[in-house]
Amino acid sequence: MARWLSALVAAALALASSASAQELKIALAAEPTSIDPLYHTLNPNNQVARHIFDRLVHQDARQRLVPGLALSWKPIGDAVWEFKLRPGVAFHDGAPLTPEDIIFSIGRADKVPNSPASFAIYTKAVKGIDVIDPLTLRIKTGTPYPLLPSDLSTIAIQEKRAVEGKGTEDFNKGTAAIGTGPYKFVEWVPGNRLVLERNDAYWGPKPDWAKVIMRPIPNNATRVAALLAGDVDFIENVPTADLARLKQNPAVRVVETVSNRVIYLHLDSNRDQSPFVLDNDGKPLAKNPLKDRRVRLAISKAINRQAIVDRVMEGAAIPAGQLLPDGFFGVSPNLKPLAYDPEGAKQLLAEAGYPDGFRLTLHSPNDRYVNDEKVAQAVAQMLSRVGIKTDVQAMPQAIYFTRASKLEFSFMLLGWGADTGEPSSPLKSLLATNNPAKGMGTANRGRYSNPKLDALLEEALATVDDEKRAGLLAQATEAGIEDVGITPLHYEVTLWGMRSDLTFEGNTNQYTQAFDVHPVKK
Amino acid sequence: MQSAVVLVVMSALVFLGVFAIGNPVDILVSPQADQAEIARATAALGLDKPLWEQYLVFLGNALHGHLGNSFVFNEPSLTLIVQRLPATLELALSAMLLAVVLGLPLGLYAGLKPDTALARAIGAGSILGFSLPTFWVGIMLIMVFAVELGWLPSTGRGATVSVLGVDLSFLTWDGLKHLILPAVNLSLSRIALVIRLAASGTREVAHMDYVKFARAKGLRPRRVILVHVLGNILIPIVTVLGLEIGAVIAFSVVTETIFAWPGIGRLIISSITVLDRPVIVAFLMMTVFLVILINLLVDILYSVLDPRVRLGEARA
Repeated sequence: MARWLSALVAAALALASSASAQELKIALAAEPTSIDPLYHTLNPNNQVARHIFDRLVHQDARQRLVPGLALSWKPIGDAVWEFKLRPGVAFHDGAPLTPEDIIFSIGRADKVPNSPASFAIYTKAVKGIDVIDPLTLRIKTGTPYPLLPSDLSTIAIQEKRAVEGKGTEDFNKGTAAIGTGPYKFVEWVPGNRLVLERNDAYWGPKPDWAKVIMRPIPNNATRVAALLAGDVDFIENVPTADLARLKQNPAVRVVETVSNRVIYLHLDSNRDQSPFVLDNDGKPLAKNPLKDRRVRLAISKAINRQAIVDRVMEGAAIPAGQLLPDGFFGVSPNLKPLAYDPEGAKQLLAEAGYPDGFRLTLHSPNDRYVNDEKVAQAVAQMLSRVGIKTDVQAMPQAIYFTRASKLEFSFMLLGWGADTGEPSSPLKSLLATNNPAKGMGTANRGRYSNPKLDALLEEALATVDDEKRAGLLAQATEAGIEDVGITPLHYEVTLWGMRSDLTFEGNTNQYTQAFDVHPVKK
Repeated sequence: MQSAVVLVVMSALVFLGVFAIGNPVDILVSPQADQAEIARATAALGLDKPLWEQYLVFLGNALHGHLGNSFVFNEPSLTLIVQRLPATLELALSAMLLAVVLGLPLGLYAGLKPDTALARAIGAGSILGFSLPTFWVGIMLIMVFAVELGWLPSTGRGATVSVLGVDLSFLTWDGLKHLILPAVNLSLSRIALVIRLAASGTREVAHMDYVKFARAKGLRPRRVILVHVLGNILIPIVTVLGLEIGAVIAFSVVTETIFAWPGIGRLIISSITVLDRPVIVAFLMMTVFLVILINLLVDILYSVLDPRVRLGEARA
């Protein structure tokens, strides 16, 4: 029966593929909220924008910086970056790319009206742009700012003439959606389909597909069914529950790539009394045990990361020992995932004065990260085994993040994707001491504070030299992780599913990009 | 007047509700954002003002027919809904049509000949139709008809043609193929409902004197059933279908999600997850409006179906 079934599926897929080799149908888990590339910095939006628009600097599959519309860039002095532009680039309407378009695009980031999540965070270092000649730009940053190329790798370059004075709806209709990217915008029917057409004049490698149709299929089970039925060729976010079954299906290929997202536990290591830390009788504890490094370390040691990866995540994750997986810029070579050691954990708890443990509530979202609530349940069981009796309270993200940011919780499961592909992003947001004036510790919901880490991070953020900065970031990470400011659990692995006659180069950004999908060479 | 009060109460409740759940900015803003950016986004969405002020601003705009821009899409929330409404109406009306076309004859048969094997099978089938969860049935339909048999497309809406500016898909072959599975999925429990209403109504009516009299008069069985039986069981069915059609239009969330149908059900569910308040408010106000409208239509239908209602009005 199973063999008959898979043969049938294979036949159906073969039929579908021969019908139109030039067309690629992709099922998205979530559709963009707008085609305007600077309206809302959100994965579904950014990945669509990458088809239509280029950026000065591009990120490769591992988020290392590679030339985009700029051929090269280098710091000149301490607070100026020089960008050499790629000659002969044209927009989809035939107009040549000029420095004015670039100045306009960077300047537009903080001027998009009603933006719920603007790109201004990536352009605030820009203090001025000088045009030296038609192919040379100098961007002033005021103070040394090593992250400028990285920040600018998020800013889509648009055509000034087409965009000036236009709004979000003009992008959605397509009149303003004119970029230099590998695909041209054809039409967007929200909730139904987004159609793109190959830009034959593209300066880079030509995409394999003349036409790309992206359809949002939010339900996991039906997204997989659409692939099996041959209605689509490629799907994103394969649910882990279907992973084993799909891997056995000869008609389907699954591509797994580690992402830049770490799932971690944040602990209230700041307040003397924390709302969800109780003694064994359920009364508030006079002293918050999470302030004690030994207790935090005990919690980290009590967690069997490999078991979570194998059982809860069905193998679609990698045990984590720091903020970003190996191979990223600035990660520490010394930090490995902490070994599972329940005896050591009990001993540390006894040393800290809690031989009988205490009570804790772990709060978790249930619709944000892959299997988030199940991971929280597993962690709670593991902690209960060493004496920290842990309850789980899971809730939709709509409620969760507001309460977490108001510091209503003591112990939280969270995730962080490093858009910049290096550890300064999680260090700044999660571990640096909360300081609104400096924009530090925005997502530090445990209010962890470590002066040594703050100093190293500040130095790193002002060091333009790449090698030195990488070393400083690694040291800052070590300072935070060894002190157990947060407890990393695992890095999510992104799963893409496709017909077996396609290949795809997965990327750590979790972007689904049609131009990275290729037919298997026969 | 009454409707206007309902609308205002509804909007106030939604405002309070969303306020109580959480802050949309916490979900919408980029995780990488610093405190300055969070403050900017809060101001941009108008959430920095006190709640009562936000509500008054909303009411003022609503009087001018503007229900606010979606936080997420930056387009008027009413536009977003109207854009997706044809897809939903098409699906809902197809489902209701199936319910009537299949449910009525089956129900009539089961009511007229309750002791036959077929009638028992219809009765059992209707219980299944009621009790199987829409979600599971939807997935099964896709697995059987799209994945295994490959007869019908699994998800999505097919090609559309524009009729008077409204995109309709049931007029093309491709569109019709896409419509079948979701419409069947959505209609199953309604078919079951109509069957049960029709069957029990028929059994009751079949023993009434006027039916016996009609038979005794020597009318053909066909006329007895179509005029005397059907005419008398339709009132409760129309009442229930009227209520159901409102529910099918506004809350076919499950079917639309499973079949990736680009209708308003999916819009509302995604808006709720990210607390897109303008869309939630606009959606619920539209729903209230729709229900009021449907009730009016049902009342009119009553008077067509039941001479007594017409007579009552004439006397009054």
